[in-house]
Amino acid sequence: MAEQIVRLVGVSKHYAEMVAVEPLDLDIVAGEFVVLLGPSGSGKTTILSMIGGFAAPTAGRVLIAGEDVTDLPPAKRPTATVFQDYALFPHMSVRSNVAFGLAMRKVPKVERHRRADEMLQLVGLEGFGGRGVHQLSGGQRQRVALARAIAVEPKVLLLDEPLGALDLALRRQMQEELVRIQKRLGTTFVHVTHDQEEAMSIADRIVVMNRGRIEDAGPPSRVYLRPASLFTACFMGESNILTGEVVEATSGVALVKTQVGTLNVPVPAAIGDRVTLSIRPEQLLVDHVGAGALALGSGTITETSFQGTHLRAHVAIGAHGGDLLLRAPAAAALAPGSTVKLAVQPADIAVLNR
Amino acid sequence: MKPRELVVILYLTLAIVFIFLPVAILVQYSFQDGLVPVPPFRGFSLRWYEKMLANRKLMEALGNSVVVGGVSSFAAVTLGFLAAYGLARGRPRHAGRLQFGLMAPLTVPYIIIGLGLLSTFGALGIDRSLLTVGIGHVVINLPLCFAIVYSQLGEHQANIERAAHDLGASDLQALLLVTAPMLWPTLLAAFFISFTLSWDEFVIAFLLSRFDVTLPVVMWNMLNSGLNPQLNAVGTLVFATSIGLVVLVAMLLMSRGGRRG
Repeated sequence: MAEQIVRLVGVSKHYAEMVAVEPLDLDIVAGEFVVLLGPSGSGKTTILSMIGGFAAPTAGRVLIAGEDVTDLPPAKRPTATVFQDYALFPHMSVRSNVAFGLAMRKVPKVERHRRADEMLQLVGLEGFGGRGVHQLSGGQRQRVALARAIAVEPKVLLLDEPLGALDLALRRQMQEELVRIQKRLGTTFVHVTHDQEEAMSIADRIVVMNRGRIEDAGPPSRVYLRPASLFTACFMGESNILTGEVVEATSGVALVKTQVGTLNVPVPAAIGDRVTLSIRPEQLLVDHVGAGALALGSGTITETSFQGTHLRAHVAIGAHGGDLLLRAPAAAALAPGSTVKLAVQPADIAVLNR
Repeated sequence: MKPRELVVILYLTLAIVFIFLPVAILVQYSFQDGLVPVPPFRGFSLRWYEKMLANRKLMEALGNSVVVGGVSSFAAVTLGFLAAYGLARGRPRHAGRLQFGLMAPLTVPYIIIGLGLLSTFGALGIDRSLLTVGIGHVVINLPLCFAIVYSQLGEHQANIERAAHDLGASDLQALLLVTAPMLWPTLLAAFFISFTLSWDEFVIAFLLSRFDVTLPVVMWNMLNSGLNPQLNAVGTLVFATSIGLVVLVAMLLMSRGGRRG
């Protein structure tokens, strides 16, 4: 087991009448790229603030590198933050911005300017040191904010929705660069976002937050494909949520009666249990021939829309008004009114525990 | 030209003439080649300016005005800035009431402030001097400086200070290296506005001074011996300085707006 660099132990945060974070535990391993993902008001930014020292937990302890830092101010913590609005020093040159943390650590001027230039090179802003902050574009300011934070060699880098203000193409590019820089430095990154695609593309581990609680935590593929909760299943992307009752149970397999028919689900259960299932739209198989797949029966396509990379379609299925969302290849010949046979691999059915 | 536009232009012209005509006439008669600043205008002469520059009393008062304005404005800006910073960042209880308390003196007439200070200094046994005038000017300018700086200390600035702390700055370092320099144009603008108000303030300066006096007080004394083009010359100097500072402030605030974009 690798070293746990950040440990939140029973941490909670209350603001006057409102509970921002329910008591929770969270361990972050050294060198990990963790993304706190959730809608606004889910408590993700509050957790980041408590790690960085900008908010004091109502209860619980915050440990960084084995040391209890709960009562330490930001300046005394081995963390650095990249702020959402960048928070660059407007009256300083780019180089002085990046060198600020080193100046506070009394690093001599020549040395800190050398290191600032090194950091600027790392973030792709070589030669920008002499410019003023107001001469930079949004994407460039973002990079300066990143360079300024990593220049002090923090044990943990905290990123508060740093890519929110950038356009899509730039955001994609910065995501790749963040991963590249993180792997190169080996620093632990804790990144906050509400964008699940961003989370999946950069994270080693995603921590899904909702209403001040951790809904789910795990590698992106696991969180996406086998979400632990209903909230996670819906937040991570479109999904078909089926609820049903177990009508038959044998060792490890349950027969579940749902609105689209009766399904054999590989899950241990007892007769009479209510279960919630999630199937991703792209996991539905159309007119599938071959063994192993679980037939869902025939349905009629009611609506289609072309999405570029794929075709999105609604399928009416079963006698009880069941409606499934389907993602087919963009070239698929599906039109409203046509009939399709749907199937799913049993292993692709996720059973939601909450 | 449409009649509507004509009316607008006419109105604007009248308004501007109404505001600036007295000043224009004052300036014109400072160049009077004669003994009294009344019509007819006898042509252009700089003799009253020469007299003014040779007038020791006037030049002393000019120096006093600069010193009182400079020192009292510096004190007002510093105190106003610290009050605004403390209120915006410390978030004390009753911040709203404190803000009201700090800004309420703006509504008190100068003559009341002057009389109040006069009694207070009397009770404390402090003699009237340029120092007491300066203190009076701090009293009238501090609320203004506070209001100007407070309006500029928003959440974005707070985040920038957070970043400084995050990178290891102490409170004092963040204040001196980040907050104050970041607000530099605002602080300078507040300073010059204070200076302008101190520069042509008469009531408090008159009530609280004794032997050493400021320029407006000397002008008042000179008026007692009747109209004199030299007074016009001094008035022109006072006015030009004020306008110059106002333009400077406008430029400072505009450059700030430009940099934000």
